Parts: sequence; structure tokens; C-alpha cells
Amino acid sequence: MTDTPNTVAFSSERLEKAQEIIARYPEGRQKSALLPLLHLVQEQWGWVSSEAMDYVAEMLDIKPVEVYEVASFYTMYHLEPVGKHVIEYCRTGPCCLMGGEEVYAHLRQKLGINPGETTADGKFTIKEVECLAACGWGPVFQVREKYYMNLTNEKVDEIIDELSK
Amino acid sequence: MEETKPQLFKITFDGIEVEVEPGTTIMQAARKIAEADQSQTSIVPPAMCYYKPLPASGGKCRACLVKVAQGSAKDTRPMPKLVPSCITQVQDGMVVENTTNEAVLEARKGIVEFLLINHPLDCPVCDQAGECNLQDFAFEHGSAHTRYEEERRTFEKKDIGPYVQLHMTRCILCYRCVYTADQVTNKREHGVMNRGDASEISTYIEKSIDNDFSGNIIDVCPVGALTDKTYRFKNRVWFSKPEDAHCDCDKCSGKVILWYRGDEVIRVTARKNTWGEVNEFICNTCRFERKKTSDWVLEGPTKVKRSSVISANKYRSDLVKKPDFALKLAATQFKNIDDTREYVTDKDTIRHQSIENNDKANHRSLLNQNN
Amino acid sequence: MARKILTEHIHVPGIETFDVYRKQGGYTAVEKAIKSMSPEEVVEEAKKSGVRGRGGAGFPMGMKWGFLAKPEGVPRYLVCNADESEPGTFKDHYLMKTIPHLLIEGMIVSSFALGANKSFIYVRGELMYVIRILEKAIEEAKAKGFLGKNILGSGYDLELVVQPGGGAYICGEETALLESLEGKRGNPRNKPPFPAVKGLYQCPTVVNNVESISNMPWIVNNGGEAYAQIGIGRSTGTKLISASGHIQRPGVYEIELGLSVEEFMNSDEYCGGIRKGHHLKALVAGGSSVPILPANLIMKTANGEDRLMSYESLSDGGFASGTMLGSGGFIVFDETACIVKNTWNFSQFYHHESCGQCSPCREGTGWMEKVLHRIEHGHGSMHDVDLLVDITKKIEGNTICPLGDAASWPVASAIRHFRDEFVWHITHPSEATAPGAAYRGDMALV
Repeated sequence: MTDTPNTVAFSSERLEKAQEIIARYPEGRQKSALLPLLHLVQEQWGWVSSEAMDYVAEMLDIKPVEVYEVASFYTMYHLEPVGKHVIEYCRTGPCCLMGGEEVYAHLRQKLGINPGETTADGKFTIKEVECLAACGWGPVFQVREKYYMNLTNEKVDEIIDELSK
Repeated sequence: MEETKPQLFKITFDGIEVEVEPGTTIMQAARKIAEADQSQTSIVPPAMCYYKPLPASGGKCRACLVKVAQGSAKDTRPMPKLVPSCITQVQDGMVVENTTNEAVLEARKGIVEFLLINHPLDCPVCDQAGECNLQDFAFEHGSAHTRYEEERRTFEKKDIGPYVQLHMTRCILCYRCVYTADQVTNKREHGVMNRGDASEISTYIEKSIDNDFSGNIIDVCPVGALTDKTYRFKNRVWFSKPEDAHCDCDKCSGKVILWYRGDEVIRVTARKNTWGEVNEFICNTCRFERKKTSDWVLEGPTKVKRSSVISANKYRSDLVKKPDFALKLAATQFKNIDDTREYVTDKDTIRHQSIENNDKANHRSLLNQNN
Repeated sequence: MARKILTEHIHVPGIETFDVYRKQGGYTAVEKAIKSMSPEEVVEEAKKSGVRGRGGAGFPMGMKWGFLAKPEGVPRYLVCNADESEPGTFKDHYLMKTIPHLLIEGMIVSSFALGANKSFIYVRGELMYVIRILEKAIEEAKAKGFLGKNILGSGYDLELVVQPGGGAYICGEETALLESLEGKRGNPRNKPPFPAVKGLYQCPTVVNNVESISNMPWIVNNGGEAYAQIGIGRSTGTKLISASGHIQRPGVYEIELGLSVEEFMNSDEYCGGIRKGHHLKALVAGGSSVPILPANLIMKTANGEDRLMSYESLSDGGFASGTMLGSGGFIVFDETACIVKNTWNFSQFYHHESCGQCSPCREGTGWMEKVLHRIEHGHGSMHDVDLLVDITKKIEGNTICPLGDAASWPVASAIRHFRDEFVWHITHPSEATAPGAAYRGDMALV
């Protein structure tokens, strides 16, 4: 691809990190770096575009389709653009027992969107996810790397206000 | 030094003894029995995903589950669960039950049902009809009724190029086409995307599958998910006459079957063995471009099984031997579920009803097509 | 206070740092194993301890280690399964985030025992913040010479890699985990071959749960026999229980196996009893996959014996009247909970998490969810209940991996024990679909 300049590239810091990751697997097993690299992609661009997947495929010397297959299998990778803050709330049994449904309804109402949607200002996307392994501390949601636990309506208000700033 | 022959394993399959080499799978042992005695063809477990020429295939559809009643001569315990016969290797002294085991047939009936619940009832407009593994499988092991009341799964239509038509709703996710692309073309552009029952065969970003051997994914597809665009809606397979033919091709073996309607070659496919498998994959030039008789050296009519829809124009239940247990089960099936339903055990009535149901379903699906 | 093996020092301030962990006696197991024991001796101690896999299957860990093939010139791998995603289970999350060095220490002695020079900790991707905690701990341990080349001058090398998952419950199944670690879709493999023979990169591999491995430092320090003294019968040692649902004190508790369910449920040291003013209706004792039990079968077995928190006692009665310890996800339901709704909820989970590779699970999980959705929303018919039971039978045992069973058991057991409630949903759709409705028929409450 020499004639069309590649517009997708990791920042130098992430490129270094990516090379570090690729190097930690045995010789010839660099495909193992695929999941961590897709996380890096998401860290940089917020979501995983097909251009970014092709970029990763080239980096790991695998077929692009191998990346598409993997990225679409796992739920953490956003294959469409998302808002600045992605709120992923746990809808599984224990969180519902601990009052999740009410809290999540409040969250949806506060932002005025349903799971899978993004607010008009592009600030928030809500996603419904399965068990986040924090059942005793439910209801729970996750915003990127941060867990917010023991949620109540009031707490949700505070968090959203804080993130809106 | 004395020549050492590999020691053969003796196994019993549905009461029939057979000797096979170590490393043979249960499925291959059963096929060996049937190859020696054609009247035993019905004891061979059905294969919906397994495809011998594709070593990575098998183990997924669970249609070929069998009971291992005795693990081996040394360890005579039965295996706790049913095992996939296509990928389970035999042990010396193994005893396997297939059509003689009720649990196996019951499980198989379940597999038919699972494969059908989301499969469209569009056989009347499907090019695969008549040579469809799922039709055969359902006819031999399924039930004439459906218990599925929910909405069927649908997919967004995707174009994968000028030669191959993808109908994802018909796909049973056997992965054969994926392994074919890996093995035959080494330049795979399609794969399985998403997961669970949303899994789909796709190129992800809209692009056409483009390489010299891509057409083989049509032949390996057990259902009508991948069909030949140059043959679409041209004919029903049972109205066409297959002829073996070959040509001197620089890309492939050039050994094919020409499918005729009158004097016109309407389709070219690779040749399939007794088990419906292609051993010699053919190139796209042979398949899609050489459609004149003058391109080929004819060898004579293709041998097609008498019981096949292709030669009989219909399903011949008198020629397809059903396992006895299946008939017994058909008589008692799902009794505990709907007590108000009328139970018919008479074979003719069952057939009649199934034709009637099919007609209704066909009518419905045609209505949908028109809308 | 009951004996603690894993959580003894968990409340010490700064325990997540190397220095504090070391001060509490951390890494002495590494010193002991590497300096004075052979790998075989460490394996022997694991066998003697009787410690069983804490991820859910309960298979004796030492025995699993014993199966590891050791062909010449082929690397062997230890992979820690930290893909904790079973609804109701959050113990590994807790352990790793609060006392990361315990797992690192366990990984070092276990890798040494198995002769692995590169070991992996596969953590679910959602726990990225825990991954960063673990990576920091690994850096610290490396700086102090407990990891890397020539550990403590012994000539033994070990590199630890923390691998993030991408969000898939199925990767908790060991062969799916290995596929995922190889950078592929998390499709479980057909077995045999087992990982002990052909695992990661087709090399002999052991996959163990976080909690299982975290027991190893104690076992090396105190001996397998001492470990086997703790617990009851073949349920040796302690177990982390993740308690959630309608109880006073949800959280993670370390118990000695053999503690009575009643004490665990009601003691202030643990769950502290049911929410005030409410009654126990049902319990899932080992994570969402295990059969749900009604109140009358929780404290006592069908034979009237005290039910204990042990592999054997919880499974007493088989599927008819028992359940399983599983991964220790203790989910408590009081009378306000609707069993149909919860079964539907769990069913959605398995439908969403099925990898889609084999037909019974791919199609069956979706079918069950749709039927349950109808029943829960007042559109069920009487034959749906039997249909559900039949679907569970058609899935169970016929799939590539245990997810099929895990999806079937909650449905089958809910109908077995709470059939009335399903029927009520069908016969009284308007009452059943009212907000907050839960069947209170003639069910036994405790």
C-alpha cells in the first residue's frame, strides 16, 4: 500500500507498547497479540474501525478477515463510533436483584437514550452488557476502565454530572 | 526383517464387526462397513459439518453423535456422553451404537429440530433443493411437525461477488466454506463474524471473494447458503441430467460433472463421492466459464443413487431405510407436551399430513416472497 | 474466627504493594520451593492437599497437574484462568485487585512445579484496571528477583504475561480461553485432545483458576497434608464464596469448606441473614449455571441432614434435590423475587454468551430465551413449560463444551422446583405481568 498513504497509525507511545506486546509471545505466535492490540486501537480512537483492523492485520501479518472475525466475536470492541463516555451497565440476574432495573431505567431516562444509542451531544453512549463480576457490589456499570459500584439513582446523577463537565 | 503390518483395531458398530487401522474415526469405520455392503448405508451417521477432504472440519453440528457402549477391550466402561463420531477415534474392542440406540436417535431428532428452527421454509425457491443435506437429514431423522412458534432469524443481505450467492438465513454454520478457503485458496476473505446465533458468514466489509478456486465453497455447502449465481433459478436439480466430463485444465484436475437441461450445460460442479464429498476441487474457469459441450470430453452419465431425489424426482421413503427406532419414536414423539394433539402412527397419513403441511408452508413462504 | 488461607492479610493497608506483602510473609513459598524443593515435590504437595479446581468444575488440581505431558524439547505452559464471568461470582476480581501478589506468588511456584518458563494470566478485558494492578505487581516482583531470568540465583527462568480478554463468558471454558489467547475467536475445542497434551500453541498446558493457584503459596509453606486437614472429607481447604442478592451483607467471604449453609447465610460474620422483614425463597449456591434450590432444600438435604458448604453436601440428592458448589456464586432470592423472570434473565445471558459453534447450544439457548420471554410477558401456553424441559434435555450433554449444560440446568431446575410459578404466569398473565409481581402461592418460605 505505498500509493495510498495509511492514515491510520498508532501514536508513537502506543506503537512502542504494541511492539512490546507482540514481542512477549513465542516466535511465530504473534497473532496472540490480537486482542490486546484491539484494546490499544480502542484506547486511541474510541472504537475499532475497519481501517484500524486492517492496520492491525498488517502489523501482525495475518489476513484482515481474521481480525474482523475476532473483533466481532468479543463484545468489548465497539465496531461503530461511540460517544465520549461509554456507559456499560450489567443487566444480569444478581445486579437486577440488587435494584439494577430501577437504577438503569433512571440512567436511560436521565440521558434520554436507550442501550446502543448515543446522546445528541456525542457525550454518552449506553450499552447493556452481561455480568461484570461485581455481583455483590451491584448495581454496577463501567465507563471505559472504571467500575462504578453500589449504584443508586442519586449516585448515577452525581456520576453523570461529573462526567458531563 | 519381517514386514510389520500395522495392527488393526476390531470394533463393533451397530452389531457389525469391522477391522480398521488405528487412528480411524468411528464415522470412517461406519463408512467402511457401508462401502463393503451397500445395504448397510443407513447405519452411517449423518454428517452436516464434517467433510473428510477438509481435515479441520467436524465436531460442530452434532448430527453424528453416537453412543460408545464400550470404550475399548481394555477399558470396557461406556463413555458417559454421546460422542461425535466424525472426530472420535476408535479403540480396539470399542462397541458403538448408532441406529440401535434410542438416546442417539432422540438426540439426533433434537439436532434436526435445532437446525430447522431458524432455517427458512423456502425449499420451493431454493436452488439447493433436491441435493440439500439438510433436506435429507430432516427427511431421515426429523419430525413432520415444528414446535417453534417464535420469529425466525434473518440477516442483512450481503453481496460477496459475481459468482457466489450468499443466503445467510439458510446457513447452518458448518464452517466448511471457511476451511475450504483456508485449505484450497490460502487467501481467505470471508469468515464467521459475530457470535452465538447471530454468527454469520461474511466478508465483513462489503467486498467480493476473488480467487481462482472460490467456486468450491458452493460445492461444500451442505445447504443453499452458497449457490452458483450463474445457475440461479435456472432449473430444479431433478429435472437436469448430470454427465461426467473432463478437460485439460492447467489450474485443476478438470474432472467435473456437467448438468444438462436438454442440450444446454446449465451448471458445472466438481465430482462428489458416495458421501457427497468433493475430493478434487475445480477452478473457477472450469466451473463458471466452460459451459459449452465442446469445452469438454464427455465420459457418460453420472451415477446417482436410486434413492436420490435427483434420480427419483422426489423423496423415496421406500428406498431410504429409516432406523426402526426412529419410527417408534415418531409414533410417540412429544406426547407429554401437547395432550390435545392428535397422534397419528399410520405411515401413509403421516406422509400425507407432511405434504399438506409443506404445501401450506410453501404457500406462506411464497406469499412472503411476493410481498 | 475461621481459618483464612487466602484472605488472612487482605485488610492490611498497602497489601497490594510488594513490600507490605513481603512483610506479611509473602514470597516465602517461592524461596522455599525454588531453593529446597524439586518441581515434583511441589506437585506432590498439591496432590496431597486435595485442593480442587475453584473455577467451577471441582477437579483435583494435583491430579490435573499429574496429567501434564512432558515430551522432550517442547515447552509447557501454565495459564491462569482469570476470565471470571459467571453471574454471581466475583471472588477472583476481589482477590486480584486487593492482594495481587498472592496470585503472582502462586503463579511462580505453580509454574516452577510444572516446568513452565512462560506463563499467562488471562484476565477478562472488562477488568482492565485489575490488569494494570497485576502488571504493576509483576514489575515489582521482577525488580526484586522473584521473576525473570535466574530467579533467586536458581537458574530457573519465568516470564509472566497478563493477557486481556475481549468480553466473552465462553473464554472461561479452558479450551476457548486457549483459542482466545492464541488470538482467535473463543470457540471451545473438541476434546480429546485435552490441554494437558495439546493446549496453548499445541503444547502441553495446564489451565487453573485464580483461586486454585492462590492456594499454592500456603500449600508450599505449610504442606499439602496440613491443607487437607482443613475442610471436610474430599472438600479440603477453604473456599471463597461470592455472596449477592437479598442478603444483609453481600460480599466475598472465605469459608472453611464444611461450614453449614445456615451459618453462612445467617451469621453476622458472613451474609448476616436475609434482608430485614423478608423470607428466603430460593438459592443459587454456585453461580448461575448450577441448579436453583427452593428454600426447603437449602438448609437441609432431602434426607433431613444439615446442608454444608462442600462439594459433596451441596450435590447431595443429585439434580432431583441437590445442586453444586460450582464457582461459589451464592445468589440469594427472597419472596419478592420472581423465579420466571430470573430464569429468563439467566437464559438471556447464555443466549448472549453462546459461541455459536455447535448447533444445540447456538439454537437451543435462543429458543429457550424466547419461550421464557413469552411466559414472563404473559404470552405463554401450558405446553411451553414441557417444551422448555424438552429443549434442556436436547441440549444437555450434546454440546462441545459445558455451556450447553450450564444453560440448561437453571431452566430445568427452576421448572422442577417452581413449576407452579411458571403455570401461574401462564394462567394469570395480567397478575404476573404487573410491576414487581412475584408468585407467593403455597411455596415454602424460610
